[in-house]
Amino acid sequence: MSDPILSVEDLRVSYGRVQAVRGVSFEAEQGSLVTLVGANGAGKSSVINAVSGMLRPAGGRITFRGQDITRTPAHALVKRGLVQVPEGRQILATLTIEDNLQMGAWHTGGTAQKSITAMYDRFPVLAERRALPAGALSGGEQQMLAIARALVAEPAVMLMDEPSMGLAPKIVDEVFRVIEEIRASGTTVVLVEQNARRALRAADHGYVLQTGEVVHSGPAADLLADERIVEAYLGVDTDSRRRDGPTQHGGL
Amino acid sequence: MQQLLNGIFIGSIYALFAIGFTLVFGILDRLNLAHPAVFAASAFVGIELVERGGLSLWAALPIVFVFGAVLGLLIERLAFRPLKGRADAHFAGLISSIALAGMVIALLQWRYGPDTRRFPAGSFPDTRYEVAGAQVTLVQVVILGVSLALMVGLTYMVTRTRLGRGMRAVAENPDAARVLGVNVDRITAVTFAISSALGAVAGVLFAINVNTAQLGMGSAIELKGLAVIIVGGMGSLPGALIGGLALGLAEVFAVQYIGSSWRDVIAFGLLFLILLLRPQGLLGARKVREV
Repeated sequence: MSDPILSVEDLRVSYGRVQAVRGVSFEAEQGSLVTLVGANGAGKSSVINAVSGMLRPAGGRITFRGQDITRTPAHALVKRGLVQVPEGRQILATLTIEDNLQMGAWHTGGTAQKSITAMYDRFPVLAERRALPAGALSGGEQQMLAIARALVAEPAVMLMDEPSMGLAPKIVDEVFRVIEEIRASGTTVVLVEQNARRALRAADHGYVLQTGEVVHSGPAADLLADERIVEAYLGVDTDSRRRDGPTQHGGL
Repeated sequence: MQQLLNGIFIGSIYALFAIGFTLVFGILDRLNLAHPAVFAASAFVGIELVERGGLSLWAALPIVFVFGAVLGLLIERLAFRPLKGRADAHFAGLISSIALAGMVIALLQWRYGPDTRRFPAGSFPDTRYEVAGAQVTLVQVVILGVSLALMVGLTYMVTRTRLGRGMRAVAENPDAARVLGVNVDRITAVTFAISSALGAVAGVLFAINVNTAQLGMGSAIELKGLAVIIVGGMGSLPGALIGGLALGLAEVFAVQYIGSSWRDVIAFGLLFLILLLRPQGLLGARKVREV
């Protein structure tokens, strides 16, 4: 096997005295789709934010393309091809859609009209409204904008934090379709999701996090096939519940 | 007519001062109370450049602009950056910038003494114009021209350029800007530099307009600057322009028609009125900050 493009060893993140991440290790092979799944508060977002340079880790080592980036700030990592699609989308609501996409190319020092045009071709809804403030978009469209904005940066590794959060099932399907396209184009994707089944179905490799530690890992298909893991960590199958209608566990 | 023009001249200086104030507030959500000290310091430096350096008034302006920018970088580094990330950073920044302002004024007193200073005789060209029966000097025309050019330039920079886009991104959401690869510290420093450069030019223009520089000139304009940015809408650049002109006109007409002791009553009465009728300011948006 080739060296992984991204590897994280014994990562620790603390907020004051609270240890949110307690020695997490994982790797992503070039061109693969790796997912970190787990319940709310398992430390998934802290891991992603430490990798992207938004948080300073308390310990551990993060290597990207063979170089130690453990304490490299976020703005320097974007330039090197490690780009994050943050939780909650974080679009710039008062800026226009065009400005949001231009911000994706900030690190190039110029404008990236070519890749922005490519994004407009790919997401026609953004092209139609390019001059509107991004806050005028629906939640799903904002997620597409956040993804498009990250793609303008031409990432080698894309870190995605809960891209399906708060979206209607149909839109979630669309988001996952886009994620698979990104992966198919050769970009490595690290996906953090609460929607664990869905993420594992799309992924090559999965890591299950609980209270800041990796409790299971392996090929995503194996994790999905293991009844005990599914029962213990992946919870109710929201997709099948959707198909079957509300159960006695109560709907949303 | 004469009063109208005088109001516009002084108002354009207020606007230039206030626009620097409101730029830092609008983008960084910080009130930089060292801004008035930059205003005062640059007036003294401007006079020294003309007096000792033998420069013309106009050659002194770009030098003062650069001087102000450097002061702005120092203010950011000394009074604001060390407090970054603290829960009370907003309030702490107010206090530390007041402290820095006090130190700057003390240094000015040490270097220039406590007395009022003036430009050397003969620094001002005598050219005068008649405009609709009113007297306008070349100096006043240049004051207005420089203020307007700087304000238009700033607005263009913020709304049309890449740097301006980065500033607006930081204004809206510093974390989102960071995720996108923006070096937020650098944008912050640049914002302070531009803001202080504008405040510095305002200081020299003010000193040219009244041909005096005093240690207290900063605190005299400080409240007016705050009034202007509240009237215009906190963080709004066009609001600061309109607010500055409105304040200048209100002052001049108050002096003319009511009496000079009423100047501040009218000016600050205007502030109260706006706060009562339109708390977000003339051009301010409620809640959403804008640049």
